[in-house]
Amino acid sequence: MHVWRRAGTIGIALYCLVPFYWMVVSSFRRTADIHDTTPLPSPWSLESYEAVFAADMGFGRSLLNSLVVAGVTTAVTLLVGTLAAYALARLSFRGKNVVLALVIAVSMFPGALLIVPLLKLFTAIGWINTYQAMIVPSMSFALPLTIWNLTTFFRQLPYELEQAAMIDGCTPFAAFRRVMLPLAAPGVFTTAILAFIATWNEFIIAVTMVNDQERQTATVRIAQFTGAAKFDTPFGTQMAAGVLVTLPLVLLVLFFQRRIVAGLTAGALK
Amino acid sequence: MLSPTLLVLALVVFYPLVAAMRESFYESGQRLDADGFVVEGEWFAGLANYAGVAQQRFINAALNTTLFTVVTVSLEVVLGMAMALVMRRAFRGRAFLRASILVPWAVPTAVAGLMWKWIFQADGVANALLGTQILWTADGPWAKLAVIVADTWKTAPFVGLLVLAGLQIIPAEVYEAARVDGATPWQTFRRVTLPLVKPALLVAVLFRLMDALRIFDLPYVLVGPRKQSVETLSGLIWDEATRVHYGPASAYGTALFVYIAVIAFVFVKLLGADLLSDVRERRLSGRREGNARVA
Repeated sequence: MHVWRRAGTIGIALYCLVPFYWMVVSSFRRTADIHDTTPLPSPWSLESYEAVFAADMGFGRSLLNSLVVAGVTTAVTLLVGTLAAYALARLSFRGKNVVLALVIAVSMFPGALLIVPLLKLFTAIGWINTYQAMIVPSMSFALPLTIWNLTTFFRQLPYELEQAAMIDGCTPFAAFRRVMLPLAAPGVFTTAILAFIATWNEFIIAVTMVNDQERQTATVRIAQFTGAAKFDTPFGTQMAAGVLVTLPLVLLVLFFQRRIVAGLTAGALK
Repeated sequence: MLSPTLLVLALVVFYPLVAAMRESFYESGQRLDADGFVVEGEWFAGLANYAGVAQQRFINAALNTTLFTVVTVSLEVVLGMAMALVMRRAFRGRAFLRASILVPWAVPTAVAGLMWKWIFQADGVANALLGTQILWTADGPWAKLAVIVADTWKTAPFVGLLVLAGLQIIPAEVYEAARVDGATPWQTFRRVTLPLVKPALLVAVLFRLMDALRIFDLPYVLVGPRKQSVETLSGLIWDEATRVHYGPASAYGTALFVYIAVIAFVFVKLLGADLLSDVRERRLSGRREGNARVA
């Protein structure tokens, strides 16, 4: 039994990490031996990483764009979503369940349907190739995710705390701001990570609303890298870029794995 | 406190939804008016935009989407279940296991697409390991398999995590009882684990179904846009929209929306009683735990 357990554990780790490992290894090979199939690069080389940051690739800029889009989306979503989640978790009003059901339903909308009218609208008002053209539609999936997670989280906090605060003279809003919000900080933080990762990985909106290289996010930019010759895919460069785009997320995962798992499963189960 | 949320959702979801549905019945561009002048504008087109739904390209995209959804979600459920069962028992290296299982989830889909494109190159490592010469990423039947492999790799661990959360709330006593009654491991799995983890599994499947039905970026990056063998409904809609064929794009988008809604409805209807009772129960127990913790 122990052997099987061990084998299963190793099996899962290999399944999850081997393809990723291959991307990392390939990114450290020289262009000349990119097709090698040795388990480790020989010799190790930073050639691909230098190529990624070559000026005409626009990769550094695209990372910045991703950071702006994901950062602003996360911030705005949290601001709006925290209020909504608190109301849904605590206040009783008519149509509350309808709102909650709506929020879930919204998160299942196909992005492809939303982009059609938004593309038309943004073209008309001159928003194509702007950050807001990516930020605003991104809220369609970031906001439901945020509300759903935070509602679960607020529900787990005891009512008595707010009641005590209100007895001590807090208005409901002050009770929320001074008592509940600090208590909910871990939940808000987890939700922020999830929303950030979701927006960072977003593709269909970014590829539709922006065609100017200066404004492209990293996920779109690296998919469009071209080599010296037109049909020559620069795989080394793409692998290096892929590693760099994934690195911030892998770091988040390493540091906050427990919270991320809790957040992911809370959103889905509770 | 809800009004900002409702405002945002109205702007980014309900407006597009209504606008797309309206758009799907309209045509725009130039035409001749009654006097023979060229006029530019928009006019009601009835179901003309929906004519494409019966055409080969749409049907192909719908079949691809359905194939990807059925195959990947089935594989992910089996693999995710197996992973969850292993992880529940794993004590040594638990943190390492949890971190590694989050890696496929954290890798952006576009990057995962590039990664698998590299692995599946004609002279890539997949062919080297298999000793084959398959053109995985060229437009053809093998491309479907490449998309399925890449998608399963990326999302099975996520299903595993959700199922694991469901497994962890099964009390140890029921397993003890099963052991006392002399149940074999298979019987324990069939009669104890499976029924008790079913609600969590159903939620995971529903999530994955909704997600798989709108798959776009993986085939786009792995094989390419406008590739018949892997074009999905989202891919087709995107292509029509970027060619400024808003009418057909909206019609196909509406069709996809209806397709997803019907699947969700049927799923919840068939298995929903379970789903809802579970959600309610968890909510209650979650609240109780929260109270207990602070007290």
